[in-house]
Amino acid sequence: MSDLPLIQADRAVPPPATTTSTGGRRRRLRLLSRTDRVVITLMVLVPLLLVTGFVWLPAAATVLLSGTNWDGIGPFNEIEFVGVRNYSDVVNIYPPFVPAIQHNLLWLAALFVVATPFGMFLAVLLDKELRGSRFYQTALYLPVVLSLALIGFVWQLLYSRDQGLINAVFGSSIDWYGDSNVNIWAVMVASGWRHVGYIMLLYLAGLKGVDPSLREAAAVDGASESRAFFRVVFPVMRPINIIVLVVTVIESLRAFDLVWVVNKGRNGLELISALVTQNVVGEASRIGFGSALATIMLVVSLVFITIYLATVMRENRE
Amino acid sequence: MSRPQSQAEYLARLVPPSVAGINRRSLLAGAAGTGALLGTGLLAGCGDDSGSGGSSKDVSLGSNQSDPKPKDVLVKVTDGFKTSSGVQVAVNTVDHNTFQENINNYLQGKPDDVFTWFAGYRMRFFAQKGLASDISDVWSKLSGYSDAFKKASTGDDGKQYFVPATYYPWAVFYRKSVWQQHGYQVPTTMDQFTALSAQMKKDGLIPIAFADKDGWPAMGTFDILNLRINGYQFHIDLMAGKEAWTSDKVKKVFDTWAGLLPLHQPDSLGRTWQEAAQSLQQKKSGMYLLGLFVGQQFSNDEQDDLDFFTFPEIDPAIGAKALDAPIDGYMMARKPKNEDNARKLLEYFGGKAAADINLKNDPAVLVANSGADVGGYTALQKKAAELVGSATEIAQFLDRDTRPDFASTVIIPALQQFIKNPKDIGGLTSSIENQKKSIFTD
Repeated sequence: MSDLPLIQADRAVPPPATTTSTGGRRRRLRLLSRTDRVVITLMVLVPLLLVTGFVWLPAAATVLLSGTNWDGIGPFNEIEFVGVRNYSDVVNIYPPFVPAIQHNLLWLAALFVVATPFGMFLAVLLDKELRGSRFYQTALYLPVVLSLALIGFVWQLLYSRDQGLINAVFGSSIDWYGDSNVNIWAVMVASGWRHVGYIMLLYLAGLKGVDPSLREAAAVDGASESRAFFRVVFPVMRPINIIVLVVTVIESLRAFDLVWVVNKGRNGLELISALVTQNVVGEASRIGFGSALATIMLVVSLVFITIYLATVMRENRE
Repeated sequence: MSRPQSQAEYLARLVPPSVAGINRRSLLAGAAGTGALLGTGLLAGCGDDSGSGGSSKDVSLGSNQSDPKPKDVLVKVTDGFKTSSGVQVAVNTVDHNTFQENINNYLQGKPDDVFTWFAGYRMRFFAQKGLASDISDVWSKLSGYSDAFKKASTGDDGKQYFVPATYYPWAVFYRKSVWQQHGYQVPTTMDQFTALSAQMKKDGLIPIAFADKDGWPAMGTFDILNLRINGYQFHIDLMAGKEAWTSDKVKKVFDTWAGLLPLHQPDSLGRTWQEAAQSLQQKKSGMYLLGLFVGQQFSNDEQDDLDFFTFPEIDPAIGAKALDAPIDGYMMARKPKNEDNARKLLEYFGGKAAADINLKNDPAVLVANSGADVGGYTALQKKAAELVGSATEIAQFLDRDTRPDFASTVIIPALQQFIKNPKDIGGLTSSIENQKKSIFTD
């Protein structure tokens, strides 16, 4: 029974005999059998329920809660609606908010301008089958594999003001994690260190899939190495480029782990995600206020998602 | 962490203490490495373990003592209870930070009959919300507690809701050998304190070690200055949201602190308390205002060299008798399954026998019951116990004396901002006041 045809023509399509013996009502032509329809319904319904239950309902609940002052205590019917007060509080009297927005944008810019191109560059180099490229590949990808805890520890060893390697080697006394003018850059280096490896692997996989004959043809035509890459390989890699772009945007919006490890996203390391966590998770339970922050984050993400979808759809139409 | 520490505080909990900076509660309670890693998994344990209740021969206990040492001590205490009363205690241990972060859900769900908690605002808050039971009758049977401990166990309605077990004081720690070498004397007034600090600077020492990367250590400095300048009652009212942060009294605290900041170790916002304590241990700093747990950073043979004094007097009318000494202990849930046994257990926890077991098995804490046999205390423990015993009032530390949301989302960033820029006190206090008004709505 495993080799059921996708369309069971014998049962689904009315046999010629019945069509010739006209007279009765016209039966609708069915391409799908009952089993197929059940399977398809299930395949649509189950993911739909999952997405609704685990994505849309919580998102809607977040938006709803952002209009309340719920502190996590007491039954739901005692929740008090306070209108847009949480939002006005976020904007007007919550000092970490503005720095957080700035830092998220800075994060995006840094990953987009520095880390992602550098990761792509490394991928192109590794694609040249240099001697020991396996080793480099492993070394560069290692940060992505390492656990968050270990990464925090490694960078703490480097950055600690009194006991860190950097200050010890250079005899400086820069407060890498404590000085709010410096720490965002210090953490971004650490974050970029991870991001480069990630992008490199993604891009390398894409490069391996490019038909070598394209490059040979370009070389035969006398194109230089860089020209061949930008004019031939890069355009062919379009799907991978889009994935890399999306990954970069996602990574910068959800940037959280490193700043949380360093100082819980305070003192120069404010990020929206860290502020949401500070307020909602844990004993603080400022759920209404934190939900307002989360909603703002959702809106920012939606802007990027909309731009991305619009671009993809437009290009598909062309 | 500090509670303030964790968190998606999940993620924080995934970090080893060496990285995240162990918070002082975990240290005392001992929730370090393994416990922290198990944290998320244990979430599920929170509040579910009530199935064992029901029979009159047992009672359940929700415990945050997840570190091996205190956990072991608690087992010994509950064994002692079983021996004396014949009642079996089902202990449901949850990782320390997880327990604290989920306390709201835990108490509203199916909590254990008795649970570990600490004195302070949250204790009174749970009492007021009806999430904990009145145990005044247990208190009538307890002896060996000073009035300060009773006060710290009392809710807003004048009834007791908490049984103290262990505590530790905050004081200014120093190394005897360093002080002898330079001939320093313990300061008792602010003038002596600043003069001493200036002398230390001349002698090439950092006068006051300081760290605030994790956000909570600076609360200790704010607390003690506030207690010395404005007194205990103002501290409590300020923490309860009844006093304005823009008042001259609060500004004076910040002003005084701003004057002392140049004597503190610079670049404190990137330093963990462990690193600051090590600067004291390495004889680079002269003094350090911290809890008794500072001793963790000293090797065993250096323990005898560690001494402390209480923060000096600033206003003679206020004196220097109040201090921060966070108290850990036990509370009873709102509808315990085995109420009689729960009360018996609390009475046992508050009694001399339990205190003796605690004292004999865990040298890192002081026991609250003065009836306990304190012969086993180290010299430092003895002195700490005397200090707290002579205190007129015991504050619980800023983040235990106020709403947790206010402490972690407003005060921590505000104090860090102050350390960064001690000049703009007016702007800082009005920012705190605005946020306070939005948080303390009821």
